[in-house]
Amino acid sequence: MLLARLLDDKFAALYRAGKIHGGVFLARGQEALSASIGVSLKKTDVFAPLIRDTAGRLAFGEPVLDAVRTYLGSPLGPMRGRDGNVHRGRPQEGYLPMISHLGAMISVVNGVLFARRLKKISGTVGAACIGDGATSTGAFHEALNQAAVEKLPLVLVVANNQYAYSTPTSFQFACENLADKAAGYGVESYSIDGTDLSVCLKMVGDAVAKARAGDGPQLIVAKLLRLCGHGEHDDASYLDPQLKSSPLGRDCLKVAEEFLLQNKFADAAQIAVWRSESIREIEEAVAKVQREPAPNPFAENWTAISSEHLSETHTNHE
Amino acid sequence: MSLTYIDAIREAQAHALRDDPRVFIYGQDVGAFGGAFKATKNLAKEFPGRVLDSPISEDAMVGLAVGAAIEGLRPIIEMQFADFSTVGFNQIVNQAATLFWRTNVPCPITVRLPFGGTSGGGPFHSQCIETIYAHYPGLIVLTPATVEDAYSMLLEAVALDDPVIFCEHKFLYRHLKAEKLPSEALPIGKARIAREGRDLTIVTYSAMVHEALEAATELSAEGWEIEIVDLRSVKPLDTDTVMASVARTGKLLCVGEAWPWGGVTAEVIARVASEGYGLLDAPPQRLNAKDTPVPYHPNLWTAHRPTARAVAAAARKLLRT
Repeated sequence: MLLARLLDDKFAALYRAGKIHGGVFLARGQEALSASIGVSLKKTDVFAPLIRDTAGRLAFGEPVLDAVRTYLGSPLGPMRGRDGNVHRGRPQEGYLPMISHLGAMISVVNGVLFARRLKKISGTVGAACIGDGATSTGAFHEALNQAAVEKLPLVLVVANNQYAYSTPTSFQFACENLADKAAGYGVESYSIDGTDLSVCLKMVGDAVAKARAGDGPQLIVAKLLRLCGHGEHDDASYLDPQLKSSPLGRDCLKVAEEFLLQNKFADAAQIAVWRSESIREIEEAVAKVQREPAPNPFAENWTAISSEHLSETHTNHE
Repeated sequence: MSLTYIDAIREAQAHALRDDPRVFIYGQDVGAFGGAFKATKNLAKEFPGRVLDSPISEDAMVGLAVGAAIEGLRPIIEMQFADFSTVGFNQIVNQAATLFWRTNVPCPITVRLPFGGTSGGGPFHSQCIETIYAHYPGLIVLTPATVEDAYSMLLEAVALDDPVIFCEHKFLYRHLKAEKLPSEALPIGKARIAREGRDLTIVTYSAMVHEALEAATELSAEGWEIEIVDLRSVKPLDTDTVMASVARTGKLLCVGEAWPWGGVTAEVIARVASEGYGLLDAPPQRLNAKDTPVPYHPNLWTAHRPTARAVAAAARKLLRT
């Protein structure tokens, strides 16, 4: 959580310094939920994070270097400068790179789980993350229904952060609680406080365990507040001040730190050490990537398919 | 024994399932029922657990296929009608078509689209939408016109490491027959000379190959020898074979059942005009369906799409210029 917050802060600083092409999307306020997903999964599980899952990605095992290389467009990163920012992953390691179309990754997770079942591999769980906005898409409906029909071990986590870009939830859905939707699919669901790390860890952990035990898809809806704009280009002036001062507007990182201190799991000195170690790791990664070469358009293989002998060459006039 | 085009598609899938344990079929009604057109008849029984019914969710069907491909399998997705694939369009063009380019992980999925017009099909069971898929980088788009090609190209599609849009023409399903399945075939990416001639080249694909052949027979009675190029795959497009034919005949007519704006016929003409302008003795022409949705009544439908008569008329006009 702490590493994710500090990494995001670094991306924001690089963005303001003009060092990042395109957008920067922060996860502030969503780290407790996201980290809980990452730590609840095994390395052999499947994870399809969304834009505010820096913490979940790192907890699932993404190296800081992958994140930095993707944001800075390094050809040595997993996306090689072809895609950037939050669009990163390593599909063959069960870490799926999101496309921008919301809800679209859920059925892809279903597909990996479906394939593992066909291959007689058991015990895998797949987690997909979305926001409240994506629950309005057809892809969400199709994929959750598909997972339910096939009884796949899918854990679908909705971060209800109260806004889809600038659109409040009142324009997004009319049901009392998003978790109520699960009943219509024959899926188990949980409504949780997304600002409280200990709650998130327990509830996400339980849902992952249930999916792994063969209880079928699980839907988690976590209420929280996005403590930043949609991206760093967005000042979030539309955020309701009453929401900000409500319990929903608590900073989950502060809540988690207080929890650690109160329960004597860590003292202030320990947290300070974690912080400085994280900053060192991030600074080293950024310094390393900034020395790496940029993608070279002349060395680029301008082919979109793997069967190179079938690529269209006639339209590429040299 | 004689085999139809749909038999060939069924046999190719049986062959793929038998030879490669990574292959499975997923689609609406494909299981015990055997598919809306019976392209998967008895396959669920022959290959238990590998021919599976899906809910009516084209988006999730393709998304699932992409996930399975990432996991190393080779899914075949049957769309009940090509027209419905637009519901899964996002997953095809944004997820499947970009996966390899983004991640270096291949996406070997085959999406079977029963496409094209049949009498009484109407606006939502007749569409030819190969163009919109061919437009997106990352996809291979196949349009077999013969029983032999339906078989060999589907087998090759499943073996390819890239997403393939396999456009199988519903009008040909039971009209075409062959004595046996081929043991060898032209590879994907190579066009075929369906008829040799010296006076004019018709470039076409799928069901229109047969309309063009009929037109050529009619015109030969008038003394004209028409050469017909069957593209077989519209992406990649075998420009070399087209250009060589135009070099022989000097005249080009492109025929497609799809709508006229943009598309395969426009692409062929653009290539010949820009790369082989000097080969042409007359302005290249094209013949497509009318720019309206596909009508239901046979009187309207036969006037909407190019027929042998319309192809012959267009060819005659070009031959006289």
